[in-house]
Amino acid sequence: MSDDAAGSTLAEKGLNAGAHDVASFEDTRHGPLRRIQGFLHSYPTAIPFIVLIVGILIFTIAAGTRFFAPFNLSLVLQQVTIIGVLGIAQTLIILTAGIDLSVGAIMILSSIVMGRLSVVAGVPVEISFVLGLLTGLACGFVNGVLVALVRLPPFIVTLGTWSIYGALIILISRSETIRSQDIAAIAPMLQWMGARVALGGGAILTAGSIVMILLACLVWYILNHTAFGRHIYATGDDPEAARLAGINTKATLIGVYSIAGLICAVAGWVVIGRIGAASPLAGQNANLDAITAVVIGGTSLFGGRGSIIGTLIGALIVGIFRNGLALAGVDVLWQEFAVGGLIIVAVTIDQWIRKISA
Amino acid sequence: MSMDTQPASLSATPIAGPNPIIEARGLVKRYGRVVALDHADFDLMPGEILAVIGDNGAGKSTLIKALCGAVIPDAGTIKIDGSPVHFASPMDARKAGIETVYQNLALSPALSIADNMFLGREMRKGGPFGRFLRLLDRGEMNRRARAKLSELGLMTIQNINQSVETLSGGQRQGVAVARAAAFGSKVVIMDEPTAALGVKESRRVLELILDVKRRGLPIVLISHNMPHVFEVADRIHIHRLGKRLAVINPKDFTMSDAVAIMTGAMKPPGMT
Amino acid sequence: MGRFMKIAAAGAVMMGLMGGSATYGQEIVGLITKTEGNPFFVKMREGAQAKADELGLQLRTAAGQFDGDNDSQVAAIENLISAGAIGFAIVPSDSSAIVPTIQQARDAGLLVIVLDTPLDPIDAADATFATDNRKAGQLIGEWAAGTLGDEAANAKIALLDLSPNQPTVDYLRNQGFLEGFGVDVKDPNLIGDEDDPRICGSEVTGGAEDGGRTAMETLLQKCPDINVVYTINEPAAAGAYEALRAVGKDDGSVLIVSVDGGCPGVQNVKDGVIGATSQQYPLLMASMAMEAIKNFAETGEKPTVTEGLDFFDTGATLVTDAPVEGVESIDTDEGMELCWG
Repeated sequence: MSDDAAGSTLAEKGLNAGAHDVASFEDTRHGPLRRIQGFLHSYPTAIPFIVLIVGILIFTIAAGTRFFAPFNLSLVLQQVTIIGVLGIAQTLIILTAGIDLSVGAIMILSSIVMGRLSVVAGVPVEISFVLGLLTGLACGFVNGVLVALVRLPPFIVTLGTWSIYGALIILISRSETIRSQDIAAIAPMLQWMGARVALGGGAILTAGSIVMILLACLVWYILNHTAFGRHIYATGDDPEAARLAGINTKATLIGVYSIAGLICAVAGWVVIGRIGAASPLAGQNANLDAITAVVIGGTSLFGGRGSIIGTLIGALIVGIFRNGLALAGVDVLWQEFAVGGLIIVAVTIDQWIRKISA
Repeated sequence: MSMDTQPASLSATPIAGPNPIIEARGLVKRYGRVVALDHADFDLMPGEILAVIGDNGAGKSTLIKALCGAVIPDAGTIKIDGSPVHFASPMDARKAGIETVYQNLALSPALSIADNMFLGREMRKGGPFGRFLRLLDRGEMNRRARAKLSELGLMTIQNINQSVETLSGGQRQGVAVARAAAFGSKVVIMDEPTAALGVKESRRVLELILDVKRRGLPIVLISHNMPHVFEVADRIHIHRLGKRLAVINPKDFTMSDAVAIMTGAMKPPGMT
Repeated sequence: MGRFMKIAAAGAVMMGLMGGSATYGQEIVGLITKTEGNPFFVKMREGAQAKADELGLQLRTAAGQFDGDNDSQVAAIENLISAGAIGFAIVPSDSSAIVPTIQQARDAGLLVIVLDTPLDPIDAADATFATDNRKAGQLIGEWAAGTLGDEAANAKIALLDLSPNQPTVDYLRNQGFLEGFGVDVKDPNLIGDEDDPRICGSEVTGGAEDGGRTAMETLLQKCPDINVVYTINEPAAAGAYEALRAVGKDDGSVLIVSVDGGCPGVQNVKDGVIGATSQQYPLLMASMAMEAIKNFAETGEKPTVTEGLDFFDTGATLVTDAPVEGVESIDTDEGMELCWG
């Protein structure tokens, strides 16, 4: 790990050193713009990080201490927790050059299974909780098998399973919400993600936010310090090259979709913590919001590059913009407008950075 | 692959001296009505650079794929060090010590040089971190990657953690060759290693090939570039119409002779 | 995307057609709702099915993929026409875009009854059975004003609406509430043009718990002294309550009002989560539509409208356990008996 840290500080130096390589190898990387491009290539999360800081500065000026207060900033963190957890799942998928349109549906399906089994069917809460997690895992596994073994495009597969899981939500829930009060009485464990921890200065963290951060650390570790993580990047980068290099790309894909499904189930638990209830109506926008967070966070839709940290920052950017614009009294339509603009800018920058190898 | 193990005595062209590292006999591969391999033979001797040339469609890439496990022949035998092998996938060939540098290099552009060199055979740390947390041994992999690159005179690539896409075409080829040389215990197969490179970079790669040979590994070199072939090859396997037409010594023939044999304009030696 | 949606829509219609009990020789009627998922529409479907069974009609149901999905509804109508249905009831996703297709159906001799959300223009259908959403809003507005009494002049109001594009139900309920509360609404069909200082602001919820919670949190940041919360529906109200609970304002100091009257919603009124809700009757709407279509097929008579309105009002009743003088209401026990979903 220490070696890796040392290595990455060398990254920029390495780029410049590239110019002095094997005498014959030409190098055209000159000028400030190329230098910025090279820097961003080495540190792809720099842009979202800068956008986040600039956003916070702007809204602090526009909305004052109502915005820049520990309580409000911790509130934004609470508000982006669902999107953040889903975004972690979606990042894994997008790193393999895939897309999962069904993450939101898997999340709600898992929360409905947990809530309904424990409150309506009377199953012990621990068992229904585990069954809820397994539901997510199974949904992801089905996606993975269809993508890796049946070799269907991820977009089509998950468009289909989105509908299927959506139908299951209605069938299982019978369109009925399990109320917060009923869950609190019978299965309070399901609301644990909503437990609150007061920090100093009015800031409040929920268990869900802490779990999101721990989950991000875990997935970061897997991506960067295990062979499986390296295989995820390689599979998304160039599947044929990965296969020839000896990676079992099919197993990698199935693994990634299954893990993503499991993380979606955790997101379902987070949803119950946040809204108290197990509702078939919740999370309607979560799908696209999660993809937005991933893209704004600098993960490439073409696969093979991106990071979990970027996704969390991306989710925070969306949360900060929505919250800041609302506090500054900006109409909801313009909030949507701003988020749309962010997506376009993020993808444009990604395309530009990718050209470094051209 | 055919299940009948033919005795070595069926060998059409007995070769003097040491036994071949790879010995293939009667390889057949059909794609529908197209016969890509028509009872092709192949021999690779220890320590040599064997060039494989042939016109487009002569079946040389199918031959190479059969040797590195990417294609399963319909009939014929392949022996490594005299024992028959049946490759079901490139993995099997790699386990048998045959490393291939594919024309597309099979590198992941966004990953670092060290990551690429160990892709698919990463090293884990010892102790509980490696066993339970599957922690990669970055330090050791970096050290070995660096060592291998220096051995091959590629240590001008200073930062082992820079991503492969920031490298030039020649440097990438260097990384792919270093990977093959690091893990290939028996043979390194190179498919058109100079095809995408400029003059200077091609020269570096040819030197690299000779370096690998000096280290005792035999090399199979597939190339269209006759000057390159004649510069480095010890023997030249000429493939035509799905089979081995001849094996020539580059010292005894000119480039135009080789091309003439390859295209059928000239009769191969020994078939007067 | 458009093509995918059409394929998905066709799939949805197929499922709907297969879902109907296929008894031959029965007259076919249709019910087309906005989405499959919303409990309001699920209840509507149950009501229609029960009545259709009773009348010996064969019911075919269909729904859009999402709120605002016009394509699926067009496909569903076309299928009903070619199936030779005698009429259908529809909850339009897009009140104006669906009009030409509805005209086609009427030209083909089908009786078209629009439920819940009127068409634009309203007379494009043979009849409209709806809850007067503006009236529903007014009821909770009057209740909130009456509960606060003189303090209503100093109220701080949060408005939790449906979606940024302000569908009909969104502005009718919102503006009705404000009128009932005694706010000058300016344009009665537009949310957000009011300049009454008592209004803190308006945020959208998507009509669900998570949206309700986030919207409430944002408005609380803007105005910590909010004491009246209007919500577009009961799920949004439940989410808003969670946000209030998180900051310790679940002690009854903040009034939450809502519209729908679903069973979990009424239960929430009973538990003190919601102060009052306007109960509507989707089941009644749908079963009345089935009766009207049957009647039209037998006698050729079209249903009539409620006096003073250009549609038939299926009614809205205020449900609360804290009645206010001058605003008619029922208590939660009665509300539970009438509730849906």
